[in-house]
Amino acid sequence: MDNYSSAFRDSNLAALLTERLSKYSGSNVNIMEVCGTHTMSISRYGIRSLLPESINLISGPGCPVCVTPLYFINSAIELSNEKDVIITTFGDLMKVPGTSSSLLMEKARGKDIRIVYSPLDSLKIASENKDKRVVFLSVGFETTTPVTALTIRKAAEEGLSNFSVLSANKTIPNALKILALDEDVKVHGYLYPGHVSAIIGTKLYHELASQYGIPGVVAGFEPIDILHGILTLVDMINENKKAVVNEYKRVVDEEGNKEAIKVTEQVFSPCDSVWRGIGNIPLSGLVIRDEYEAFDAWKVYNLKPCIAEETPGCKCGEILRGKLKPTDCGLYGKKCTPENPVGACMVSSEGTCAAYYRYQGV
Amino acid sequence: MQEIITLAHGSGGKTTGDLIKNIFIKHFNNDILIKNEDAASFMLSGRAAFTTDSFVITPVFFKGGNIGKLAVCGTVNDLSAVGASPLYLSCGFIIEEGLSLNELEAIVEAMAQTAKEAGVKIVAGDTKVVQKNAADKIFINTSGIGIIPDGLYISGSNAKPGDKVIITGTVGDHGCSILLERERLDIYADIKSDCAPLNKMIGDVLSKTKDIHVMRDPTRGGVAATLNEIAAQSKVGIKLYEDSIPVNDQVRGVCELLGMDPLYMANEGKMLIIAPEASVNNIMGVLRNTEYGANSCIIGEVTDEHINRVVMKTVAGGNRIVDMPVGDQLPRIC
Repeated sequence: MDNYSSAFRDSNLAALLTERLSKYSGSNVNIMEVCGTHTMSISRYGIRSLLPESINLISGPGCPVCVTPLYFINSAIELSNEKDVIITTFGDLMKVPGTSSSLLMEKARGKDIRIVYSPLDSLKIASENKDKRVVFLSVGFETTTPVTALTIRKAAEEGLSNFSVLSANKTIPNALKILALDEDVKVHGYLYPGHVSAIIGTKLYHELASQYGIPGVVAGFEPIDILHGILTLVDMINENKKAVVNEYKRVVDEEGNKEAIKVTEQVFSPCDSVWRGIGNIPLSGLVIRDEYEAFDAWKVYNLKPCIAEETPGCKCGEILRGKLKPTDCGLYGKKCTPENPVGACMVSSEGTCAAYYRYQGV
Repeated sequence: MQEIITLAHGSGGKTTGDLIKNIFIKHFNNDILIKNEDAASFMLSGRAAFTTDSFVITPVFFKGGNIGKLAVCGTVNDLSAVGASPLYLSCGFIIEEGLSLNELEAIVEAMAQTAKEAGVKIVAGDTKVVQKNAADKIFINTSGIGIIPDGLYISGSNAKPGDKVIITGTVGDHGCSILLERERLDIYADIKSDCAPLNKMIGDVLSKTKDIHVMRDPTRGGVAATLNEIAAQSKVGIKLYEDSIPVNDQVRGVCELLGMDPLYMANEGKMLIIAPEASVNNIMGVLRNTEYGANSCIIGEVTDEHINRVVMKTVAGGNRIVDMPVGDQLPRIC
């Protein structure tokens, strides 16, 4: 595997691509990397420092932790107060600030909150702790949802009665459409995430290209993938090609992963969903189907989402939409740092602000 | 039935005495310890170095060692980092009742073996037993004293522009191996902790050249945190070259899977050495011929640019800041 990925990290090839990009002399272009994993890679490999000023990368809304609404964290904390409840969660939700606390702080106060690496680990914990009730905090996009769906299905098959899922899963397509229609966001091209595309395929992107006139490139996450993707996209923008090019054919095909789509559809159905900083986007979320309601923590614990106010001055919304850069926010680097995040974009290592803060070019 | 540690073992009575005799004296056995005084006494001559460290780790036994080996290596390596030859160690045990005597003995045996390898004596000790859940199996504190050779001045504030940065082997092995074992991840990788006493290796280097500016063992927070400390203390910038940093293939794979960075993962058997260019060849020549330094690499240099910051030239040719870590690295979602 290492040899395979190292080919996509080849410094000589990177230098060649960088040289071609540095010669770009067309008009200014804004390219949005939709997904947080791209944001991370771009920062990790210092790719911004390799681009001419006329090529501007904007980070999109694709960091699942960043767009998870405040009320979700508040509800999770409320649940952790229940005596017999064990909360299981992905690591990066731990530091997300709720209205008055975070899961990390609640864990320090003695609540049973455990980090898992896969939702399936929660089932193990549930069967080992029959006298407790395990709640898995499920956030994420098309890439993570199938495993959560699989977990719920498995829990149903095994008849586990002490396991449920507090879900805030989201889907990318409608968020992209909203962004494409937003007058304030001037995106000339999309850099599409390889892993989401591996699940949903590339059909939607063609629609965005033909209906909204925004070209796109599906790219992997290695530096060569990204540099080449940007190069292709810049050419397409300048040649006014409203099309989609899949440069991640080693993983992505047109149809996507039918099995993953099937299991997701079996367990979840589409619903409206609130994106932190953006607001409600119709049919951009997923809710657990009635058939599996015994595993829906919102219903099991009768939790009512209570929409909460963001901290004044927090520009996460504008940053998630690519309207502002992190450095345009008055809190960035001052009141809001990775040690003390105010907004969600600073929390996840994939968050635009955290990535900026940690990896900004020198 | 398996024998276990009970509160009686910490009461100071006969049970405590038996424990000391049958386990601690048996393995640590040396002329100073067996005198059984309230304090150890010995002669020292020269400039002394003195350090202490406490060890808490889950799991207590891991691939490549256990908490006992770690407790000796940690203190020996801290002394080595200032160029001192470690001589005497003390150790304090805080044991949770219920720990099996077999496990305790295995830990103590590992300490004795490592001390023997490093050529240090464990000359003072203390044992306390606490109730169930008041500790996590066993905590160990070790302190150590060593002597710094004349004419040696190694300090974190001593890095100078133009110096080269050497790491004595692959980075992130300890942190990665502990993570895999602690979190019960179903990832099968042949990774073990690099936990090792480095004093012999450093001694070999110092016998060849004393022209070294900084040494530090990159434990918690990894190479990233340690180099940030040095940059700030020395008021210099440090430039790293990503393609020169040695990382075990499997560690790299696990880190990529979990969204972590080997530069931020703990090492327990590596030393960062910062030295003038003129002495680098000598140092590398010695290191490459040692057991624990065979994979030593020059990974960067000290500069008068970007003061206080560590910057890495990535494999893609871009530059990025290698920042001080904030809290623990937590695995990413996807």
